[in-house]
Amino acid sequence: MSKIRSFKGGMHPEYDGKELTDSCCVIEAPLLEKYYVVLAENAGRPPKPCVAAGDKVRKYQLIAEADGFVSADLHAPTSGTVEGIVDVPGPMGGSVQAVVIVSDGNDHGSAPFDCWEKWQEKSGAELLERIRKAGIVGMGGAAFPSHVKLAVPPGKKVDTLIINGAECEPYLTADHRLMAEYPQKVITGAAVMGKLLDVSNIIIGVEDNKPDAVAALEMASAGTSVRVQLLEVRYPQGAEKQLIYAVTGRSVPPGGLPFDAGCVVQNAGSAAAVSDAVLQGIPLIERIVTVSGEAVRSPGNFKLRIGTPVIEAVKLAGGITEEPGKLILGGPMMGFAQRSFDVPIAKNTSGILLLPPKAALNFSSSPCIRCGRCVEVCPMKLMPCLLCASIEGGRFDLALKDHVMDCLECGACAYVCPSRRPLVQQFRRAKSELRKKR
Amino acid sequence: MYMLTGALLLMGITGTLLGVIIALFARIFKVDTDPRVELVRELLPGANCGGCGKAGCAAFAKSVVAGENLPSRCPVSSQEQINAIALALGISAGSGVRKRAVVRCGGDMFQTKERLNYNGVCDCNAAAVVAGGPKGCRYGCLGMGSCANVCPFGAIEIVNNLALVHRELCVGCGKCADVCPRHVIALVPADAEIHVYCNSPEKGAEKRKQCKVGCIGCRKCARYSSDQFTISGTLASVNYEAETLPGEEDVEKIQCPTGALLSAREHHRIETHDPNWKKDEK
Amino acid sequence: MLEKMSDNIPDEIKLPTGSKLVLSSSPHVSASESLRKIMLKVIAALLPAVVAGVWLFGFRALAVIAVTVISCVGAEALWCRLVKKSVSGAVGDFSAVVTGVILALNLPAAVPFYVPVIGAFLAIWLGKQLFGGLGSNPFNPAVVARVGLLIALPAAMTIWSPPRGMDKNYPQAETFFGSAMMKKVNAGELDGITCATPLGLMTDTRKILQTEGDRHQAAAARHNFDKVNSPELLKKYFWGIRPGCIGETCVPALLLGLGILLIFRLVNWRVPLAFAGSVFLLSGIVNFFFPGVTPPPLFHLLTGGLLIGAIFMATDMVTSPVTNTGCLIFGIGCGIITTVIRIWGNYPEGVSFAILLMNALVPLIDRLCVRSVFGSRAQNREQLR
Repeated sequence: MSKIRSFKGGMHPEYDGKELTDSCCVIEAPLLEKYYVVLAENAGRPPKPCVAAGDKVRKYQLIAEADGFVSADLHAPTSGTVEGIVDVPGPMGGSVQAVVIVSDGNDHGSAPFDCWEKWQEKSGAELLERIRKAGIVGMGGAAFPSHVKLAVPPGKKVDTLIINGAECEPYLTADHRLMAEYPQKVITGAAVMGKLLDVSNIIIGVEDNKPDAVAALEMASAGTSVRVQLLEVRYPQGAEKQLIYAVTGRSVPPGGLPFDAGCVVQNAGSAAAVSDAVLQGIPLIERIVTVSGEAVRSPGNFKLRIGTPVIEAVKLAGGITEEPGKLILGGPMMGFAQRSFDVPIAKNTSGILLLPPKAALNFSSSPCIRCGRCVEVCPMKLMPCLLCASIEGGRFDLALKDHVMDCLECGACAYVCPSRRPLVQQFRRAKSELRKKR
Repeated sequence: MYMLTGALLLMGITGTLLGVIIALFARIFKVDTDPRVELVRELLPGANCGGCGKAGCAAFAKSVVAGENLPSRCPVSSQEQINAIALALGISAGSGVRKRAVVRCGGDMFQTKERLNYNGVCDCNAAAVVAGGPKGCRYGCLGMGSCANVCPFGAIEIVNNLALVHRELCVGCGKCADVCPRHVIALVPADAEIHVYCNSPEKGAEKRKQCKVGCIGCRKCARYSSDQFTISGTLASVNYEAETLPGEEDVEKIQCPTGALLSAREHHRIETHDPNWKKDEK
Repeated sequence: MLEKMSDNIPDEIKLPTGSKLVLSSSPHVSASESLRKIMLKVIAALLPAVVAGVWLFGFRALAVIAVTVISCVGAEALWCRLVKKSVSGAVGDFSAVVTGVILALNLPAAVPFYVPVIGAFLAIWLGKQLFGGLGSNPFNPAVVARVGLLIALPAAMTIWSPPRGMDKNYPQAETFFGSAMMKKVNAGELDGITCATPLGLMTDTRKILQTEGDRHQAAAARHNFDKVNSPELLKKYFWGIRPGCIGETCVPALLLGLGILLIFRLVNWRVPLAFAGSVFLLSGIVNFFFPGVTPPPLFHLLTGGLLIGAIFMATDMVTSPVTNTGCLIFGIGCGIITTVIRIWGNYPEGVSFAILLMNALVPLIDRLCVRSVFGSRAQNREQLR
């Protein structure tokens, strides 16, 4: 086995909460009465709905079509009737449009695409088209459409495909369980994308705290061109630029894309979805979600259809032990606090966390004592304490000069801050104001 | 004694010498300024608010003298001041309607359900990046005072979690309207007395759930005068281009059922004197 | 076991209402470290020096420490009361206690009690609150107070009493005590005994040498240099048996404190290392080329307030740079200024002045040491090619 690798900086959370769920096998969720498939779920343009109220839909049927290149198709999570297109609370705040599908309880539907058992014989363009048709997006974070990330722009040369199985966020174990239980899917998906990109160097980066996943992946990858790379347990190991550095030693320039370092990065969940799309011919309609947090009675990993309201997932996990002080979609470091339990899960929802009021971070207005911990942990080598001082003084120009736009919003600085200052919020504010000015 | 005279002498010589040097430098590096620019600058209010679109009063004065702007572009100066500038330069004053800012939201902490507890930076723009802010209504004033901080005239005050414009101080420079993430502040003609204190285009029932004083689009005002009020969807607004703007007596006749239609004076009175005015009346 | 589990599952599952949900930006968890914990850890690191100081200088030292800490906390509370800030919030973070302890350790044990009271107000009001309170002060409050007292009350600040173990059998006792005091020491009288510090003796000697006055005196003075620097004395210096401020003398206690600070990751090791290292190196170079100008480097390391300054005062988070390179520059700067003042200055000790001067440069150092963003170096390399 090769050496354990890492990026520089970052930190290891004192308590990562993974033991709550890391041995919980994935449980398939029962069929629900209603699904709320959010349209504007991904980065890029929201897809245009192509069904109307009253329409009968079958499982896997296309219900919203990609609008432009940076946009992804949406498919019906089950068979039933379209109730309408309504406003629901969105995962990023505010309200968003969602297609409501009332299940008929039959869950009927057949794979809309051909099963390509011999995908090796297909061309790269065909494979890319299949990935686009299946509505696959980055399932780890921003839900960026996968076909965009796999379409290498002219003039760039890609020689490495990295599958992100780091899962550095505390509490989350969805990718961990996916890799441990369905390693074949991840490996196949990786190999498909490798063929598509015509690269032979395919590496799955996995943090060192998932020995069962690593063992499963190694077993499944025997005889293929896919290689497993152990990574140090360090946050944010799974951030794109940091992962590329850890695995290949190359750095992506500020403002650049992985292409600039000759890499393409895909999430492990997306790789599994690619495998399903190619081998079974089915689009992405479900994903593994970790439902965890100290306020949940029996935390676990669940295979949920896209469009499942959070409250249903909480029911699956046995309800709550105490009234949660925070509901987070995603991990505790980069996830978004929610205002309602009616939020439906989207393709990029990797976790649902219910933290008790005491466990959640409470920001304060204590002064910065310049301890320098934030500087130490920043994976982008920024100076969070100085940036924050500039922003508080309204000097967004200074913050811009000090590269606030390169901030990943990984939250490592605010995590270690002994004064509990809302550093990430300040950076997000500065970024939004600077974008406005542009 | 010797010490004293020595010190005095030294100080005197040094002072004179430095004075001469300064005077010489002032002569050598003298920048010729157009006396008219200086004159206009003196006639301007000197608040450097930026309401004219220039960096400050000096820059505006320069642009007026250069003929790029008419004196009336200054939103702060009174008509007499503008006329004085125009007279001094021998140009036309130009016409401009004096503007004033109005916060189109009456949802203070007693009227609008604060849906969630918020924990973070006390700044509207910062709160807006966190799931769109904590307020139940997505269109109303967040009440964290970004506009008050940016106002160069101190005309905005946060009362009961709601931004309140002090009309006598506001000159209509528009800085607050620029900074507001909810775009709830509008610049209206200064002589407009009546405003609809609601900015939410949501359905009436939705609004009603979150806020007691939201406009529910009942069209009562538009029926009263279709010229003075316009309705778009479920939101009424005053037609500020109407020939005669509505007055306080019109408000009394209309009897807005939610109290979103108010005179600025009444709104001010409600917020500053009697915050619980509708609290008992559930 | 299985039965028990099924017992625990209620018939009806409890569902959240969302009544307590809080909206905030990511991240949603944090490390357990807090301001108060940091301050308590610093106090823990100061404790060995406090204990050593009390053991060496007696209960008078304990009284001085108590008065200083109490007046610092009092000054903080009074300020907060006057400007209508939360008193419990400001006092509750224990930063005033830390300032108080550090200041007390920098006072002679025999200091009159009004001195630490004035010092506390200098530290908390002038050094900290006038700039905006904790986190906004450009200068280390304890150092501000020490320098202020040293300049304003030089006499009170230089009454050095001998520590435990410094009696008539002390090596070169007569040099330290002077002939008048020596009589008292020999007689076994304990009241009002004062003596000179090694650094003080060094400075006196140097001044005599520099004036090149009486040849006879100069010869005696040169002899003095060797007297304060014998291996026997250096050993005593190391264990803290030398006249000086309460907390500055005992080297093992200070090193223990440094160890605690490093274990808790509260200081950047570069500051004390660069500080002490540059003093050692610079005085070593000067001593090597001009042995008549200053004693050897080990003497500089073990005497005066160098170690307490390098370990506890220069490393203050608020007033030291945030980057590693910055810390190195800061430490070296402190070291150079200290050495220059010690060898050529009018004061015997330069640590406090050095720290104060470098504190003023910290914002500049921070600006100078802004790190290049991740990936930008690779980009530059690319462009060069």
